Amino acid sequence: MGELRLMKGNEAVAEAAIRAGADGYFGYPITPQSEVMEYLMAEKPHERTGMVVLQAESELAAINMVYGGAACGKKVMTSSSSPGISLMQEGISYIAGAELPCLLVNVVRGGPGLGTIQPAQSDYFQSVKGGGHGDYRLITLAPASVQEMSDFVRLGFELAFKYRNPAMILSDGAIGQMMEKVELFDPVPRSKEILPWATTGKTPDRERNIITSLDLDPKRQEDFNLKLQKKYREIEEKEVRFEKIQCDDAEYLFVAYGTSSRVVQKAVQLARSRGIRVGLFRPITLWPFPSKEIFAMTEQVKGILSVEMSAGQMVEDIRLAVKGKIKVDYYGRMGGIIPTPDEVVEMLEKKIIGG
Amino acid sequence: MAEITLDQIIQPENMVYTRSRIMTDTVLHYCPGCGHGTVHRLLAEVIEELDLQSETIGITPVGCSVLMYNYMDIDMQEAAHGRAPALATAIKRLMSEKFVFTYQGDGDLAAIGTAETIHACNRGENITILFINNGIYGMTGGQMAPTTLPDMKASTCPYGRDVQMMGNPLKITDIVATLPGSYYVTRQSVHTPGNVRKAKKAIRKAVEYQKRNQGTCFVEIVSNCNSGWKMTPVDANQWLEENMLPFYPLGDLKVPEE
Amino acid sequence: MAKVRGAIVVDTERCKGCELCVGACPTDVIGMAEEVNSKGYHYAYMKNPEACTGCVNCAIICPDGVISVYRVKTT
Repeated sequence: MGELRLMKGNEAVAEAAIRAGADGYFGYPITPQSEVMEYLMAEKPHERTGMVVLQAESELAAINMVYGGAACGKKVMTSSSSPGISLMQEGISYIAGAELPCLLVNVVRGGPGLGTIQPAQSDYFQSVKGGGHGDYRLITLAPASVQEMSDFVRLGFELAFKYRNPAMILSDGAIGQMMEKVELFDPVPRSKEILPWATTGKTPDRERNIITSLDLDPKRQEDFNLKLQKKYREIEEKEVRFEKIQCDDAEYLFVAYGTSSRVVQKAVQLARSRGIRVGLFRPITLWPFPSKEIFAMTEQVKGILSVEMSAGQMVEDIRLAVKGKIKVDYYGRMGGIIPTPDEVVEMLEKKIIGG
Repeated sequence: MAEITLDQIIQPENMVYTRSRIMTDTVLHYCPGCGHGTVHRLLAEVIEELDLQSETIGITPVGCSVLMYNYMDIDMQEAAHGRAPALATAIKRLMSEKFVFTYQGDGDLAAIGTAETIHACNRGENITILFINNGIYGMTGGQMAPTTLPDMKASTCPYGRDVQMMGNPLKITDIVATLPGSYYVTRQSVHTPGNVRKAKKAIRKAVEYQKRNQGTCFVEIVSNCNSGWKMTPVDANQWLEENMLPFYPLGDLKVPEE
Repeated sequence: MAKVRGAIVVDTERCKGCELCVGACPTDVIGMAEEVNSKGYHYAYMKNPEACTGCVNCAIICPDGVISVYRVKTT
């Protein structure tokens, strides 16, 4: 059993980064995720593992530091919250376009604009549909606990390097700020491997390595895009992750991720105490989205309620997955308000069971 | 004594100058007479002379020199517009034994990338920045740059830069020289053979000094843009001397205390 | 008496005819060819080869690195 600690979600990300053998963290303060860098700076990872931690002058600089480090084959990451992630979109698009691995953490707060510092899930579209310009995808992991904040740092890096693609942990202010017991994984040393594609200095035994997302030739640019799409199809095939809670006998289904899924777990109990057989389907990867698995549930359940802290974003993917076979509706709160289990059950009854 | 023939002179053992082997055989896409090629060549010569090929990581900008990686036989990364110093910061911190440089134009370094430039230099990142200032946006077709001179014409100030309306040219190199993190700051040009020789010495210092880990080395090259300025290459270099150099005087702005 | 003789070789296909080398030459060695290369540029050539001292001014001003310079001492 690994070391047990009581930690904030943000602190768990930071500790996990050191333990995962990250080479560098580049960030900029923003509520509600500033503890990530604060923890790292206090821990002096340069003494523990040699990890570089730097406070950049902006999120724009931070993501481009990540780009530079990733291009050297280093295990690098950043974290921010919604407005900061918006500012990073240019760099994220370049990183995806240059096919580089890195880990991004978004501790989402309510928007649009400066919005609020309270938790929200309104950056779903930004994460899973794009965010920046061009046809690219982010591997998006949605933790529902402090434990997963830690575990997904390691998983995110693994997937990012496996596919040479940026991976995003899409968390929110509640999970970032709340304290829970977390079992930390054992530290792994930083990698000394020099990756063949990385810009580490051209040695006589190889051609020069160039990291770029630019190709002015339309045919080559299209071919590159097709190659990216092929990679994305492979990720969709192999990397879908989800959890089913009390679905075996379910007549109805909630779909929720992250903080919403914690609320819905309680709502499932509450509903069942009233005789409603409902289960929870929790997507862990938001992209790739568990479309096939949700479609499979339509053989069993009569209706699906998507519960989100947004105006209804994931519900679009659920509708696409379900292909009109059963009723799908949405319930959510916005602006930093977390729905209550009571509200959720009431909405299930109103919108799905009675609707 | 018989007169020596050209064939006798043109022998490998008599070669005193040729393009550095760090330059690839790809023909530069720059307009005829453009100073970018000259600066590429000087940097390539310095990298070859100091035997740094296997240690070098260069960052190219967005602008005319965006495709610089096609011309130099070294590992390179292509940054987003203005962000090269951020990339270089991370690379140098992650691999402090490497030689890391950025190559940036005036729009890249002194407009959209001002924050990255100032903060990298102010933190004293141990990187080398080559800054090509030709007072115009060349690649996009000759628009006004942060360094466009007062009254100078460009496609977005077709009647000349009106500083009341469009603001003043930015002498960013002078600002960089005031920052505690900068170590060596100089302004050079490549418009005459003598200036090319001086520029090469400056670039060489800016590369060698990186090993000292004392801060950012920053070389501005005042250069031409004959297409953007709508002049012949020869006239552009003359214009540069008469107009650019009085505003951007050549010489060292900050030198290490020996 | 020792005399320095030089010569240049122009990679005519890479030359863009910018003429910067012409003005850089202190001994008026270089001219621009009547002919053009495959890109349509009049390329540099030695119109006055006897005057070349191999000073390399032309080569170092050349943005495209098209000029190689050779130099010998003759007596």
